[in-house]
Amino acid sequence: MRIGVPAESKPGESRVAATPKTVGQLTALGYEVALERSAGARAAFSDEAYAAAGAAVVSADEVWASDILLKVNPPSEAEIARLRPGAVLASLLSPALNPELVTRLTEAGVTALAMDAVPRISRAQSLDVLSSMANIGGYRAVIEAAHEFGSLFTGQVTAAGKVPPAKVLVVGAGVAGLAAIGTASSLGAVVRAFDARPEVGEQVESMGAEFLRIDLGNAADDTPSLTGYAKEMGEDFNAKAAALYAEQARDVDIVITTALIPGKPAPRLLTEEMVASMKPGSVVVDMAAANGGNVAGTVADQLVTTSGGVRIIGYTDLPGRLPTQASQLFGTNLVNLLKLLTPGKDGQLVLDFEDVVQRGMTVCRDGQTLWPPPPVQVSAAPAGPAPVQAREPKAAPGPRDPRRKYGGMVVAAALFALVAASSPAAFLGHFIVFALAVIVGFYVISNVAHALHTPLMSETNAISGIILVGGILQLGHTDPLIRSLAFVATTVASINIFGGFAVAGRMLQMFRKD
Amino acid sequence: MTTSNLVQAAYIVSAVLFVLSLAGLSRHESAKEGNAFGVTGMALALVATIWLSVDRSGSRLATLALIVAAMAVGAAIGLWRARVVEMTQMPELVAMLHSFVGLAAVLVGYSSYLESSDAGTADGLHLVEVFLGVFIGAVTFTGSIVAFLKLSARIRSAPLMLPARHWLNLTALVLSAVLLVWFVRSHSVVPLLVMTVVALAFGWHLVASIGGGDMPVVVSMLNSYSGWAAAAAGFMLGNDLLIVTGALVGSSGAILSYIMCRAMNRSFVSVIAGGFGQEVSMGEDRDYGEHRETTAADVAELLRDASSVVITPGYGMAVAQAQYPVAELTAQLRKRGVDVKFGIHPVAGRLPGHMNVLLAEAKVPYDIVLEMDEVNPDLPGTDVVLVIGANDTVNPSAAEEPSSPIAGMPVIEVWKARTVVVFKRSMATGYAGVQNPLFFKENAQMLFGDAKDRVEDIIKAL
Repeated sequence: MRIGVPAESKPGESRVAATPKTVGQLTALGYEVALERSAGARAAFSDEAYAAAGAAVVSADEVWASDILLKVNPPSEAEIARLRPGAVLASLLSPALNPELVTRLTEAGVTALAMDAVPRISRAQSLDVLSSMANIGGYRAVIEAAHEFGSLFTGQVTAAGKVPPAKVLVVGAGVAGLAAIGTASSLGAVVRAFDARPEVGEQVESMGAEFLRIDLGNAADDTPSLTGYAKEMGEDFNAKAAALYAEQARDVDIVITTALIPGKPAPRLLTEEMVASMKPGSVVVDMAAANGGNVAGTVADQLVTTSGGVRIIGYTDLPGRLPTQASQLFGTNLVNLLKLLTPGKDGQLVLDFEDVVQRGMTVCRDGQTLWPPPPVQVSAAPAGPAPVQAREPKAAPGPRDPRRKYGGMVVAAALFALVAASSPAAFLGHFIVFALAVIVGFYVISNVAHALHTPLMSETNAISGIILVGGILQLGHTDPLIRSLAFVATTVASINIFGGFAVAGRMLQMFRKD
Repeated sequence: MTTSNLVQAAYIVSAVLFVLSLAGLSRHESAKEGNAFGVTGMALALVATIWLSVDRSGSRLATLALIVAAMAVGAAIGLWRARVVEMTQMPELVAMLHSFVGLAAVLVGYSSYLESSDAGTADGLHLVEVFLGVFIGAVTFTGSIVAFLKLSARIRSAPLMLPARHWLNLTALVLSAVLLVWFVRSHSVVPLLVMTVVALAFGWHLVASIGGGDMPVVVSMLNSYSGWAAAAAGFMLGNDLLIVTGALVGSSGAILSYIMCRAMNRSFVSVIAGGFGQEVSMGEDRDYGEHRETTAADVAELLRDASSVVITPGYGMAVAQAQYPVAELTAQLRKRGVDVKFGIHPVAGRLPGHMNVLLAEAKVPYDIVLEMDEVNPDLPGTDVVLVIGANDTVNPSAAEEPSSPIAGMPVIEVWKARTVVVFKRSMATGYAGVQNPLFFKENAQMLFGDAKDRVEDIIKAL
């Protein structure tokens, strides 16, 4: 099949969905790649480099006639009209915010994969463009802030006087926030960070920032978020957070906000008064500007200077300001997507809806809208209290399955009842004990640590030497034959019991922690 | 308060202690406590039983003497074996111990039969219980012996391939069923004896037809069988403690084998039925290219420059007794600030958890010993992987070649690391008999020779 990579039509967009390197990887998967002329020019990739990597550099019309289209931005009206029915499109789509776009794509009869709707599970990280773009964006946010800021980031003592270090507050410790923290602290600034999810504190501290905590007293709700994003928080929390922002705003020189809630406008974190309370010359970078902004006074794609001399940066193209690296990462995400979709490595794209990743990204197919997908739970937090099913649940094999299963159980129960009805009561009593013990054994062992399998086995082995009880009881018998059989039985079972326990004990002595 | 009530009470307490013991053993923190519970439960049950037996018997002193004598002999042998056993020989010991349970079950079954036919109390149900108890016991007995012989390399570990072996197994089962009917009708000892012979042969064949590489599953399966044997004995003696304990061990062994099977991508049913794993086609001769040899000094150089190292041990490490040098190497590297981790495949070694025990013996802290699923995501960012005596568990053809006999088995993806050093005696294949394309990969280097000597050389060079 042929992959088409068009030049981005969105004004100001400098990224491209494939680089010479990813073209090589796509070709290795068995695809032909057609690239629109000078598609990579603004990201510093020349047509010659693409051609050398194996891409055909062609006109826009030829690109849009391809089977698979890889793009960065959502397609415009005109571009949707150019798509062939049945074609596959992979790009940013923001399906939750753009229902009209989803409808248009559905009507066009294409299969649309939203690169920004990848389920946030470990396995899918390699195709998550939100992460890779946020990483670059966080870096660039600091660079933009440094550019507008009238002082140094690092503190110095010089002959001409002392330079205080810049104080940076990062709000939201997602990928972008962490990248910003890392960049700012490597420039020498004093960095503080805040996030509504207390469990990310460790990550923040690992990047070299101070994590600001809110004391909620009773820790109202400390269950880790199940979607991998922060949850919307309660009243009490919001009030305390606002107090914290107000206090910090007066103190810091740079504020970088990254708070986003999927499918909703960005939460308003800094009010006008807080911005007004900042020192003149301070800089605010609002990375949520595209979704309405976290800061009062943000204008998307603009640099605004308030009357109090605070500069608010609302650029929405932060990743695009590093077009070469951003294109490379975006392109690699797309290559990883196609690896997933090309199990045979034969240039044939196969969509498997049993896979939660593929299902979750697919917005529409064959004239059917498939958005929103069924929810997937994610465990981004360390060992949450609830066991979270992050892997694809073993999809029920078929729709008829449950009835069959219960039918089978009924038949088995009926058969057993028939047999049991004709057995003596004593046997039934023993049988109940037996059945319950089997079930207890099953549950007790099901979550045993792998490393303990050997001691466990020698322990159970020792315990099964309990058959010794039978031997001992029979030793009291008068018949010499029974006695001698029982004697041998008792001896061998004792070897088992003493040997098993001793070995299990010896092994357990050896396990230790640092 | 009668004797039998007291004994029953003791049994109930022991049964609870056994459950707590198994539950305790599922976590490191509580494992020692679990073992203590098990010992306490067992001691309690035995004291109660001895009292009951002596109390019931006509000649009390003689009975007590017999019991003490038998147990003293058994305890002496058991404790001696447990003290001297090498950790690398654990699998053999466990298999051997299983066979004792099987033998005891057979003997207890016969005694119980004689007892009831003497007393004339043998009803149909009791006979069925005796029959099943002896059958399972006999299968466990010979099966464990074969497993023991294979594991200790006293017989060849290659699967025995009799023609029509599935039919042989089926015939043995059908024959046993016929004998059961005969036994219940006639109350005669003849069908019981015939069945015992059949069951012994069946157990032997069942395990003989399984290759050495699948022994971890076999051992835990036999563990399960020994539990069922004890439960059957419990039914025939009407003893709830035996039933509970047997069922606990039986179901836990079954779960353990199930976990193993899943790790090897095998069907659980075909394992329980026995004789799986021989449908292996030995793979056509292919040109995989050239492998590259390296030296201990070069590996030391490589490790010195590495910032992260993953060690994946296999049975070869156990054979070479290399766990101590490996632990020493680990300690040295960690002192230099290298991030060292162990990646253990669920079926590495010849017993579930075998590698963990060896590494623990050599004092490797268990928090750097990770499972396959934990270590796989880190491998692409790892500088050096040392494969020590592992082969099939790091074979890329399981992931890349659908036609391979081990296709679909989850493996440790060592080839994704920057450099892989494989410690190996020769270029021979592993247990599954499959060539390993890993050795011919660009980033793989071979270090031939005894794993222990080679690791010691590296430590010297460091």
